[in-house]
Amino acid sequence: MTSDQEAVAGKRRGESGTDTNSAPSVGARRHLLSVSDLGAEGIEEVLRVADAFVEVSKRDIPKVPALRGKTVVTLFVEESTRTKLSFETAAKRLSADVLSFNASSSSLKKGESLRDTVETVAAMGVDAFVVRHSAAGAPAAVARWVDTCVLNAGDGWHEHPTQALLDCCTIRQVLAERDGRAPAETGVECFKGLRVAIVGDVRHSRVARSSVLAFGALGARVTLVAPGTLLPPAVEAWPVAGVSHDLDEVLPQTDVCYLLRLQGERGAGRFLPSVREYAAAYGLNARRAATLADGALVMHPGPMNRGVEIADEVPDLPGSVILRQVANGVAVRMAVLFMLLGTPQGKSPAGAVAGLEDAWETSGA
Amino acid sequence: MPEPTEAPPVTHRGAARVPGTVPTVVVRGGTVIDESGQRRADVVCSGGTVSAVGEGLEVPSGATVLDAGGCLVVPGLVDLHVHLREPGNEDAECIDTGARAAALGGFTAVVAMPNTDPPLDNAAVASEVLALGAGAVCKIAVAGTITVGRAGEHLAPMGELADLGVRLFTDDGAGVQDSGVMRRALEYARGLGVTLAEHCEDRALAPGAAMHEGEWSSRLGVPGVPAEAEELMVARDIALVRLTKGRLHLLHLSSAGSVVLLGAAKAEGLAVTGEVTPHHLAFTDAELADYDTAFKVYPPLRTAADVAALRKGCVAGTVDAIATDHAPHRPEAKDVPLADAAPGMLGLETALAVVLGALCGGEGSPLYSASGEQLSRLSTRDVVGLMSWRPARIAQMALCQGGDQGGPITPGAPANLCVFDPTESWVVDPLRMASRSRNTPWAGRKLTGRVRHTICAGEPVVVGAEAQR
Repeated sequence: MTSDQEAVAGKRRGESGTDTNSAPSVGARRHLLSVSDLGAEGIEEVLRVADAFVEVSKRDIPKVPALRGKTVVTLFVEESTRTKLSFETAAKRLSADVLSFNASSSSLKKGESLRDTVETVAAMGVDAFVVRHSAAGAPAAVARWVDTCVLNAGDGWHEHPTQALLDCCTIRQVLAERDGRAPAETGVECFKGLRVAIVGDVRHSRVARSSVLAFGALGARVTLVAPGTLLPPAVEAWPVAGVSHDLDEVLPQTDVCYLLRLQGERGAGRFLPSVREYAAAYGLNARRAATLADGALVMHPGPMNRGVEIADEVPDLPGSVILRQVANGVAVRMAVLFMLLGTPQGKSPAGAVAGLEDAWETSGA
Repeated sequence: MPEPTEAPPVTHRGAARVPGTVPTVVVRGGTVIDESGQRRADVVCSGGTVSAVGEGLEVPSGATVLDAGGCLVVPGLVDLHVHLREPGNEDAECIDTGARAAALGGFTAVVAMPNTDPPLDNAAVASEVLALGAGAVCKIAVAGTITVGRAGEHLAPMGELADLGVRLFTDDGAGVQDSGVMRRALEYARGLGVTLAEHCEDRALAPGAAMHEGEWSSRLGVPGVPAEAEELMVARDIALVRLTKGRLHLLHLSSAGSVVLLGAAKAEGLAVTGEVTPHHLAFTDAELADYDTAFKVYPPLRTAADVAALRKGCVAGTVDAIATDHAPHRPEAKDVPLADAAPGMLGLETALAVVLGALCGGEGSPLYSASGEQLSRLSTRDVVGLMSWRPARIAQMALCQGGDQGGPITPGAPANLCVFDPTESWVVDPLRMASRSRNTPWAGRKLTGRVRHTICAGEPVVVGAEAQR
């Protein structure tokens, strides 16, 4: 999306924002390709809707008919278990039909191009593509090729917007709980000045790119911590407060320690002398975690390499919210799907959830 | 080998020109510009040569009159760097269609790069290409490879190729990575009086690169190649020229640092020349913000500071030539994610207008340096020099070298002319291009400056912006 189009989308959103009878305002957007498509206001809105779905997820029957009749395709050209399951769970809890596209046994393996594959599936009449691809920009390409809503579920080193959103959702939820308040009451004030350290392979991380944009938009102060080989090029142009090569120095000034997964092949000698040396300098263990600022959170997008970026004992420390990230992933993806695909009748998300649930119950499910 | 997905359409091979059959042509009402200067004059061509130049010349009976009102009449343009894809990839381009695109762009001679399939690393393939090009609507010269199979290991039979008239040798698509091989190649070429042309990039710095490494690649999460990968090889090759006394031409320079190195080599008196492409003078890496594969090109589009430095290099005379690196690709090679897309873009039909805009300060192309200072503009004559007589000399095609390109426009000189209107605006329509491919980044954009007529060896091959065969 060009900045012009973004501006138009933003304007449209602003205009409809005061009209409570209009569709969810993010519905004015066609796609979620980058966190920058949302901006601070959009992120806040996703979090608000997600909170409603967090509540739904706690019910006996965690399912609402909000997207009944809609078809969501998960197009995972690069393998991923957790993100795919999370999106599919989210779509199913919204009563959408889910078509799962398995790249390893698909026509892509027979030499069909991605474009032909996508156009073929789109011709069947689908409402959204959830795209995971090893090449940056692949979801943007899909969005150009077909007239269907596209959600980026991770593209190369570029972005993984729903991961960043679920991270924000988790931080807000935990900080609100500590204050004894509902997350919705706190708004996004809790991010102002929040000191976030993103540690590890930033260069090759789509999670880092999305998180930096999201945390930055909400007013957090992000510090990147990595050896020089794992920092991105032109890092001085990134919207971060600082860059460090010394984890021990950064930890005492850190409220959220966000660990990135170190892919095995990075330790093979081109980027790092060894995984062992990396773990010694940048791995978070209990001793280091104890030096974090009071009440600091430890986060990880998963899957974890225990003993590399995160010591075995760390996920069980009180400050670790790693499993909550996973749980919130479903609610956040429900929110994004609902906001992009929901009908104007949905009015507000809370209304949609309550109202449509009645319909669900009377339909005898 | 996989079956081709679609049979290429039957190629119309233009009938070879037969000397003596070319009509007498009068180019009337234009302003003639060549290396010696500028004057209002009509030009009469007959029998393949210029027969008269002057004001108000009488039109010989039976002559074809071409209106050049408001136009500049200049020596035919010479492109040192085109990919015509034949043999091996004829569904992207062939010699005939590429030559027609060249003629429409005002070119009367092009040098076909040797990275075909099979490559031009032996006399048999080179002769075939030269034979295929003999009947084309513009002169087709070829470059040979430096090494066998462009593999960077064994020297190609440069002597055998030189005997066929090959004057440029390159492994374009890749640089010669091994310094020892490059040294020997320069030494060997020196004895043949030929020039090595290098695609400068140290591959070790470019694994998986799809664009320039910088702010944009970082933001987009796309693997990039830093400008230093080019500069390292430029610096190495210049050092090797110093060592060997060889002759080197640097292809498609894209970075500010390369221009500095080229300038220093010239100041030292080394036999080094350099070219830049129209697209590197016009675009930055910000064009890739939407992952548009039309802008994926090799070497990649770089920063605004690099664009300004390349323009400055042209204005200062450091850069010797503008070459298109015309690189046709089928849609299926571009309709893929950026990482998988083939690098390259069409250039022949848009080059002159793009360069006029970039260097003469045409509409929408202000000449500013990175620091905001306004750069001096180049005269139209200097632009034509960068696209005609200067590249003609690099390719050893100039009149003084026994060739027929680059002017001057005087009686007795070969009739290779480009007639263009520097003020005519047109919108680029890929479907109307002569190239067999459509991968132009200028699709739908308005350009100013259009070729009206092209005369190749006395034959009007383009008249009124339409190819004649």
